Amino acid sequence: MAAASLTMGPILFHWPEQQKRDFWFRIADEAPVDTVYLGEVVCSKRTPFFDHSLEAVAERLQRGGKRVIWSTLAEVVSKLDRKVIESFCGFDEVEANDVSALYFLKGRPHRIGQYLNVYNEETIRHLAGNGASHFCLPVELPLSTVSELARAARETNAGIEVQVFGKVSLALSARCYHARAHGRTKDNCLFVCENDPDGLDLKTHSGKPFLSVNGIQTLSEKYLNLSSEIAGLQAAGVSAFRLSPHSSDMVEIASAYRQLLDGAISAGELDARLDAVGVPAQRMNGFVHAQPGFAYVANRP
Amino acid sequence: MTGPESPRKPELVCPAGTPAALRTAVDAGADAIYCGLANETNARNFAGLNFSPESLAQSIAYAHQRNVHVLLAVNSFATAPRTQMWKDSVDVAARIGADAVIVADIGVAAYVAEKYPDMRLHLSVQAGASSPEAIRYYCEQFGVKRVVLPRILTVAEISAIHRQIPCEIEAFVFGNIGMMSEGRCSLTNYATGISTNMHGVCSPASAVQYVRRPDGSTSAELGPFDIDCYSADESTGYPTICKGRYTNVSRPDPYYAFEEPVTLNLSSLLPDLMNAGVTALKIEGRQRSRSYVQMVVSAFRRAVDDISAGRQPDLGGLAQLSEGGKETQGAFKTKKWR
Amino acid sequence: MPRQTSRTAHETPEPFGLASGKLPKMIGILTAPLPLFPVQPILRRMVLEVTRKRPELFERLGPHIHSTYVIDVAEMPFVLRLRPDPDAPGLSAHRRSEQLNADARISGPFSALFDVMDGAADSDALFFSRDIFISGNTEAAVCLRSALDDLDGSIVEDLIQMSGPLYAPLRFALTRLRKPRVGDRA
Repeated sequence: MAAASLTMGPILFHWPEQQKRDFWFRIADEAPVDTVYLGEVVCSKRTPFFDHSLEAVAERLQRGGKRVIWSTLAEVVSKLDRKVIESFCGFDEVEANDVSALYFLKGRPHRIGQYLNVYNEETIRHLAGNGASHFCLPVELPLSTVSELARAARETNAGIEVQVFGKVSLALSARCYHARAHGRTKDNCLFVCENDPDGLDLKTHSGKPFLSVNGIQTLSEKYLNLSSEIAGLQAAGVSAFRLSPHSSDMVEIASAYRQLLDGAISAGELDARLDAVGVPAQRMNGFVHAQPGFAYVANRP
Repeated sequence: MTGPESPRKPELVCPAGTPAALRTAVDAGADAIYCGLANETNARNFAGLNFSPESLAQSIAYAHQRNVHVLLAVNSFATAPRTQMWKDSVDVAARIGADAVIVADIGVAAYVAEKYPDMRLHLSVQAGASSPEAIRYYCEQFGVKRVVLPRILTVAEISAIHRQIPCEIEAFVFGNIGMMSEGRCSLTNYATGISTNMHGVCSPASAVQYVRRPDGSTSAELGPFDIDCYSADESTGYPTICKGRYTNVSRPDPYYAFEEPVTLNLSSLLPDLMNAGVTALKIEGRQRSRSYVQMVVSAFRRAVDDISAGRQPDLGGLAQLSEGGKETQGAFKTKKWR
Repeated sequence: MPRQTSRTAHETPEPFGLASGKLPKMIGILTAPLPLFPVQPILRRMVLEVTRKRPELFERLGPHIHSTYVIDVAEMPFVLRLRPDPDAPGLSAHRRSEQLNADARISGPFSALFDVMDGAADSDALFFSRDIFISGNTEAAVCLRSALDDLDGSIVEDLIQMSGPLYAPLRFALTRLRKPRVGDRA
């Protein structure tokens, strides 16, 4: 089995430009990740804020030995969305998050992101036939499905990636719920999403933490942590493990997962290190166990 | 069914969750009916709903005798290792002579294109194909003849898309409006362990509970989450996460974080939609009763006929069927909805 | 989304107050605090007849043929307990005060419930407007609704035909209490 790859997914939140730059520079210099995904996945209105930093960030990441993949928008509605997609598809290594991107990418090597619906082996075969060489799977798949998809991917020499850390994307919408929370609409949002570096948490009537809003995206309120499932996922043929960026110390989190993948620490030790950097203690791993996603299934090997 | 450029009267595509509803829709003036098999291969996989292959065959015979088409929705996402179930549903559609199969999943579309190249293929709203590029991809790769557009576009955007794609457009005109992009919502699975994409059901009744509180209010619960709470005199909607009320740090009073319970009603935009190049008008509601089907289908039948004949349509009276008793034109009228 | 059979504020309604003021004497038999035992054989015969005449009803119920339902019609002095098992069907009347074990409880006014039974009204709409309330196993209630909605003709008419001594009051109540049907407009 090839060494498991550790990846840093795209920043989902609207952090200020300086924060994003600092984040990626530090990942470039210090984090033991093999691959990083750059690009705005959630809202095309945010793209101008970071455009002129992208080149410097990509260059620094590559100097740090990281493979840089460009992630495309997950939802395409406006003319601006379409332009952004087309221009991103001009890069060498692209991860497609919407079928619009496939239109531009077909016939040359590319990756498939977790926002594309890949649920079965026929889909893997079709996409691989058009050039897909790596699949980051949807977050809601149970292990039995992941195993089948990894088997199909192996037949086409494609990699399989699964998110193992961070809030997970549960839904996309044409409407911006950050703007709505502030009595605005998407067109006059004034970028209120910038106030919530890890999303705007929603609670139920009875005060139960539930979801987290990030612009047009709805995330889990809980953080995914598959520390105890990684061994099983590797055995099933998963080749890459994705961390989704949050405002906590992602270098330390990446180091912990790297050591877990290398067998240097246990899942329990990893969890303690997440505690130490302040990752909220209520975590989830339900989807991979075919349980409600929010659930935490005790699974100590 | 017409080509994209034919300036003909649009087709009225109507829902049926049972054979009785299908016959009701046919008799009320539908041009086509869409329905699903009673399993996880369609996106309205609700308890007690939908068709067996035998009842579907009988229903198709009833419809065909009256020159009405029947479209089979196989529009959830084939999930390994259960992929064969979706292939079997496509096989059923081919065997019993459905007029088209409506799919969302790339793997299922590939299966139809390869095994039944002559079968008419429609792209479900669940595919979420919202741009000309995405739609062209499905047309080129699988020979899709019609796309059901997501309910997130304005009429102007629909018109622009029409000019840039090689297939027909079907657009929703009435019914339940989900707030999340179709085919890309795992909220139900997050709360209940049952997936909209993989099991074809949003807010399954088996996970819904209504709990009466001492103050007379009623709590709607999905799995362990109380997604809304109604006072005794408040009207309500479906118990879905996207129509619940929640609090956030700056809004201590529960608010509709996503959308209020409203029903899409585009009756007043019908002429605009027809001018935008829409081939087929779709009514949502396979989960609704035959009474709903009867009322909505006949109202839209009259309206389409009136507009086509240059008469002023009368579409009052549908509000009572609406969620929360309220209607919206959703995204269709203006971008401000977003 | 499930089609919810709907709900109302009448989980513990006050049928006597409502009934005595508004309903004619003719249907007093339905609303007075009468002894329940004479009603039981009539109900039993009704459910057996439905089982015989409408076997298709049970196909859609699937596993819920083994569920039990309490049907609580606001204007009636008693509630009905239904077990739609074709092998052992049961329909019985009970005091509202009785603690009944049931999987689902469906409550609402006579007009709403009977229109839903007949497919003459849209139960989702009645649920949105909160004319009907359901509690307990929502899926069981939704399934029963689906099964009834797929029946051709009027099951309420069937029931009335089977109701023997209750025929006249039921018929009167029906015409008197039923709202105009949505279908009647078209």
